[in-house]
Amino acid sequence: MTDIIQKVKNLSIGFRSKKGEEILILKNISTNIKKGETVGIVGESGSGKSTLALAMMGYVKHGLYTVGGECEFNSSNLLKMKSKDLEKIRGRKIAMIPQNAGQALTPNLKIGYQIDEALQLHSDLDERQREKKISELLNKVRLPSPETIALRYPHELSGGQQQRVAVAMALAGTPDLLLLDEPTTGLDVTTQAHVLELLNFIAKDTGTSMVYVSHDLGAIAQVSDRIIVMYSGEIVLEGPSRDILKRPIHPYTHGLLKSIPKLSLAGLPDSMPGSQPQPGTIQSGCSFFDRCNFSDENCKNNSPKLEFLKDLNTSVRCFNYEKLVKENQVSQTVNKIKNKSQDKEILNLSEVSISYAKQKLLDQIFNRISDDNPTVKDININIKKGETIALVGESGSGKSTILKSIAGLLRTKDGLIKFDKNRNLSSDLKERDPNDLRIIQLIFQNPDESLNPNHTVEEIIAQPLKLYFGLKGEELKKNIIDLLQKVRLGEFYTSRYPRQLSGGEKQRVAVARAFAAKPDIILCDEVTSALDVSVQAAVLNLLQQLKEDFGTTYIFVSHDLAVVRAISDRVAVLYQGRLCEVGPSNDVYKFPSHPYTEVLLGAVLEPDPDIKPKLVAEDIVEERPPEKGCSFQGRCSRIVGDICKKEIPPWQLTDSGNAIRCHIPIKELQKEQF
Amino acid sequence: MKLDNIYKEEKKSAFAKLLEIIITMASRPSGLIGLSILVFHIILAFISPYIAPHDFKAIDPTLMLQAPSAEYWFGTDDLGRDVFTRTILGGRTALTITFFGSLIALLWGGLLGIFCGLVGGKIDDVVMRIVDAFLSIPWILAMLLIVSLLGTSTEVLIPALGFFYGKGIVRVARAATHDVIAKDFIVSARARGHSNFSIIWNEIIPNVRDAILVEGAMRWSWMLLGFSSLSFLGFGVSPPTPDWGLMISNARGLMSFAYWAVIAPIVGLSSLIIGINLTADAFAKALGIDRSTKAPV
Repeated sequence: MTDIIQKVKNLSIGFRSKKGEEILILKNISTNIKKGETVGIVGESGSGKSTLALAMMGYVKHGLYTVGGECEFNSSNLLKMKSKDLEKIRGRKIAMIPQNAGQALTPNLKIGYQIDEALQLHSDLDERQREKKISELLNKVRLPSPETIALRYPHELSGGQQQRVAVAMALAGTPDLLLLDEPTTGLDVTTQAHVLELLNFIAKDTGTSMVYVSHDLGAIAQVSDRIIVMYSGEIVLEGPSRDILKRPIHPYTHGLLKSIPKLSLAGLPDSMPGSQPQPGTIQSGCSFFDRCNFSDENCKNNSPKLEFLKDLNTSVRCFNYEKLVKENQVSQTVNKIKNKSQDKEILNLSEVSISYAKQKLLDQIFNRISDDNPTVKDININIKKGETIALVGESGSGKSTILKSIAGLLRTKDGLIKFDKNRNLSSDLKERDPNDLRIIQLIFQNPDESLNPNHTVEEIIAQPLKLYFGLKGEELKKNIIDLLQKVRLGEFYTSRYPRQLSGGEKQRVAVARAFAAKPDIILCDEVTSALDVSVQAAVLNLLQQLKEDFGTTYIFVSHDLAVVRAISDRVAVLYQGRLCEVGPSNDVYKFPSHPYTEVLLGAVLEPDPDIKPKLVAEDIVEERPPEKGCSFQGRCSRIVGDICKKEIPPWQLTDSGNAIRCHIPIKELQKEQF
Repeated sequence: MKLDNIYKEEKKSAFAKLLEIIITMASRPSGLIGLSILVFHIILAFISPYIAPHDFKAIDPTLMLQAPSAEYWFGTDDLGRDVFTRTILGGRTALTITFFGSLIALLWGGLLGIFCGLVGGKIDDVVMRIVDAFLSIPWILAMLLIVSLLGTSTEVLIPALGFFYGKGIVRVARAATHDVIAKDFIVSARARGHSNFSIIWNEIIPNVRDAILVEGAMRWSWMLLGFSSLSFLGFGVSPPTPDWGLMISNARGLMSFAYWAVIAPIVGLSSLIIGINLTADAFAKALGIDRSTKAPV
């Protein structure tokens, strides 16, 4: 176990700015990857983790260059190697698994052909042997019936299957070192858990060393033996995975672990202030200084060195780590949210169905949608004023579709959406009057896309103010500044463009724009999933604060069950556009009663090496909801019989007011908890 | 607050922005060359009537096809007119007509393209098929038809050229609009209930403007070539007005023994086209449309 497979020595990588200054993306990185070990590199976007992983296979992105140091593999420096020699190493000795396998696979070549190509390049097998090897590899990554999968095209596979194919291709060259760049980030929770489990198995089975790059501490915790925490181009903490996650002795990791919502805790975790500095902006002192709770004068003026602590087997870059050693455990404080919902119902969805099916000519003439098996069906939810209701489910569960219909971006097929019991919102945008549009505002997932890049913050927030309230001049300006202050941004942000803001700041501007309309309901579509972990908690806390101030109702869509747990009062679980379970979030999480809720909760990854995901159901992706019976019949592990396939299950109520749609009696459902 | 001062200058005036773009363009050798050629031609077009050494229409049979000399720098043509004078004056009509022609092309092509991209559906289908139909007609044929029906006056040439060169811009503007139309800020504006006009003006135009402007600049050089071809065929500027296309057409038969009469207008025309092309290229790069030059982070 002691032989080192890759040695990174004093590696610095940088680029030249427009003014000709040298700006470092990686600063003096030194680390070793041992044979057979899995190292997790964790950090926010812009921390240099991907650049480090690429350098480990001798690749430096276009525009960047090596300032100093080396990456030694088999005692030769990869960064100085000729591309001809590198070709012999890449794929054969070091292989990479990309983030988005769907984009990394060539769309017009069959899976088998692509794996064969890798085999031809990286092995000396003849045709027969390669044929055998292809099914062997596909078997190894647990793809069902390798013979048929090999003949398919990438688009015919699901995201999880594509990722498995990418793993198989990487294994084709029997590499000594496997680099994984966020391999599960784009996948559903359940699929993610399955892929991680596979990677764990492969690491044990083949003895390959792995470098796992991710922003997700939950995923890192499941696979890695050792963790490297990066911040602003430096290693700030490096040590055995368990110690780092249980007793982090760097303030950044400590704060990070404190700010991640967990399944076991209801309520919002403390947020970490500020954001990571841009490369090139730090002149002196510790790069984490202005976000640190433990900092002093020394930190401001001197940058700490990476110090190896023998008794903890950990390296840390901090002057004051001793304070944290004493603190020992991460004690998470949460701010319990007060359920301020009133009894008054504000939005009623009854029997709502939505269809994406294309209208036939006859239907177009009669202006109707005929589709027996619509994407979303039978949605009945009554939303109370002031509550936060979350819609959860995997991708394709119809949660965003429902949001779009409420906002009027999509026409409903059947059913009624009523606001305040009397205003009908079942129509789409064109038929709604401006006031109906004002009361419902949207916040989107990715602020890079939801803010016009050519507008200043002032112009962005002014849009709804001008449209709905006709504000002008001084009054408009005053309102904008007022809104900016409410989302904790200063007045000087008015003249900045979105590209000059960090991810968290951008999302705050989007929040300010939504609140500018003085809405009654805000639809939040995965508002935190594009943000860095350290910023996520701050945005959630802001949303909660604003809700308490204005009494707004949130409809919150997310795939992240821990985030949902933290912010919502009530949860609705959706599968294939059909409701499975609706209830107060405490009950849904404590008594996971519907089999699908169980699957979802079991697959959540927590940043704790002791909590392993439970893989209940297969990660199959169903294209369309079943025509008859329960929507979850295809993946359910607790099917009771033919009744599940034929009849739509009835709603059953638990004592705590939790509604479950299943054929299994409540009492029996509650027996099998975990 | 201190930060206040840092961000104060962020909002620049349109002029300052333009100046910055021009400086970025000129910082690249190809951009500098292109810009210098273009500016040289524009200045020349303005001052040439005042600096021309001879009368451009003075015919003198005794001076027919003289080789370049101290008196006649570029020699004389078959009617004894000074080639230098006619060359420096020869770009004026072409530049003026094509400049306004491209403005018209930009306006109608850009707006129609954006509109089609935004509304989509049936309207988009019908309009784009009509554009395709026009694209399939050789433009020179259609131009000849228009010119022979309506004459070769400026009032006919500018809109006609503007129309025919705008078709390509429709496609570019529509494609650029499709790029932004799926972005959430458009969805957000729609959900708020903004009108189509407001969405085009506030949300789409700022994002597609650059791409359309660059395309327009490219069209300008094509139009220049097109206009010179018309003159060459005798359907553009009528004699004795000096024009490069016309001069090339007249002198081409005598090329074997009086090359000077044809070389000067060719150099004038091609240098202007190269200048516009290089400028448009540098313009695109300065606006960051060319991805390869973007900062790596």
